[in-house]
Amino acid sequence: MLRLDCLRAIYPQLENCLVVTIMGATAAELHSLGHRPNFFYLQHAMGLASSTGLGLALSLPDQKIVVFDGDGSLLMNLGSLSTMARYRPGNLVHVVFDNESLLSVGGFPTATSTGTDLEGIARAAGIPRALTVRAVEDFRTAVKDALNGTQLTSLIAKVEPRGPSGYVTDLSLVENRFQFRRYIQSLKRQ
Amino acid sequence: MPVSLASSKAIFDALKKCDIGVVSALPETWLVHLIRMADDDPEMILVRLAKEEEGVGISAGAHFAGVKSAMLMQNHGFLASINGIVSFAHLYKIPLLMLISYRGSFGERDPWQTQGGNVTEALLRAMGIPYSLLDTIESVEKRIRQAQTLAESSLQPVALLLTRDMMWEE
Repeated sequence: MLRLDCLRAIYPQLENCLVVTIMGATAAELHSLGHRPNFFYLQHAMGLASSTGLGLALSLPDQKIVVFDGDGSLLMNLGSLSTMARYRPGNLVHVVFDNESLLSVGGFPTATSTGTDLEGIARAAGIPRALTVRAVEDFRTAVKDALNGTQLTSLIAKVEPRGPSGYVTDLSLVENRFQFRRYIQSLKRQ
Repeated sequence: MPVSLASSKAIFDALKKCDIGVVSALPETWLVHLIRMADDDPEMILVRLAKEEEGVGISAGAHFAGVKSAMLMQNHGFLASINGIVSFAHLYKIPLLMLISYRGSFGERDPWQTQGGNVTEALLRAMGIPYSLLDTIESVEKRIRQAQTLAESSLQPVALLLTRDMMWEE
């Protein structure tokens, strides 16, 4: 399963969500499908995409928030699972693309390649719904269920360690950040 | 426990006057009353963290959502947050109001706090973070309002160091 195929499969469903991605390949691939003002790409600060999603979810309880995390990023901030579980906002969908690799910084294997089980950690941390998928159709269904449901979900998507050739997009980091905030403020005025 | 209830109340009231809606915190002795006040306030969202750096993400999310936030941490928690501050708050121009208990300074009896006390202000200066001491209860409301105003207008982290004189009654 390729991450790009997963993203493509759910891209239409992201239209009405606020989306936060991690850096590198994940950001570049979502951007390549077509940038939208409701997408925020956290191009550094590994580990904090899930915390940002939690801050959004608690501040905007009527908005659906989707975080695209990665195994390397999540392993840098496993405590985030316990913090998310503590407040368990039902409007937050936490997707983890697990390619068992620090792909964007050289392809070094992470601990999930030697048996660390992120679904198990998420469940043991107290995340109400934690599941693993290995096929695009299952991924599409799982995201749809999580978006339609009312329980905080960590969805581990096992993907191949393959990504785009480059990670720099034509969207400046600061432009992305102002656009994202302005988009949210426009929603609140509606 | 001789943590100043009066100073904690003054700080909490000042945060309320600034319309702070989200507070992230990791407990430490000097912050115990402040965290309880945030927890007891139905209008405030308190996020208890596992590690202080998470608070940078929480505050960024709140900022995108249009909600003002504050971070309560010890200075060692500030040390633990530095990458998040630099590669999120500075990189993306995110306002942070950081209230940092200034352990390890004059009067500190716990040996394990002293090294962090030595480097706190030097690191704030090295990172270009505007900061001020909170050392008298009379100055609390104005100083917090000024710090919050600067964080929002400059879109950057601003720190207030909560001193022993403010927080500890001996």
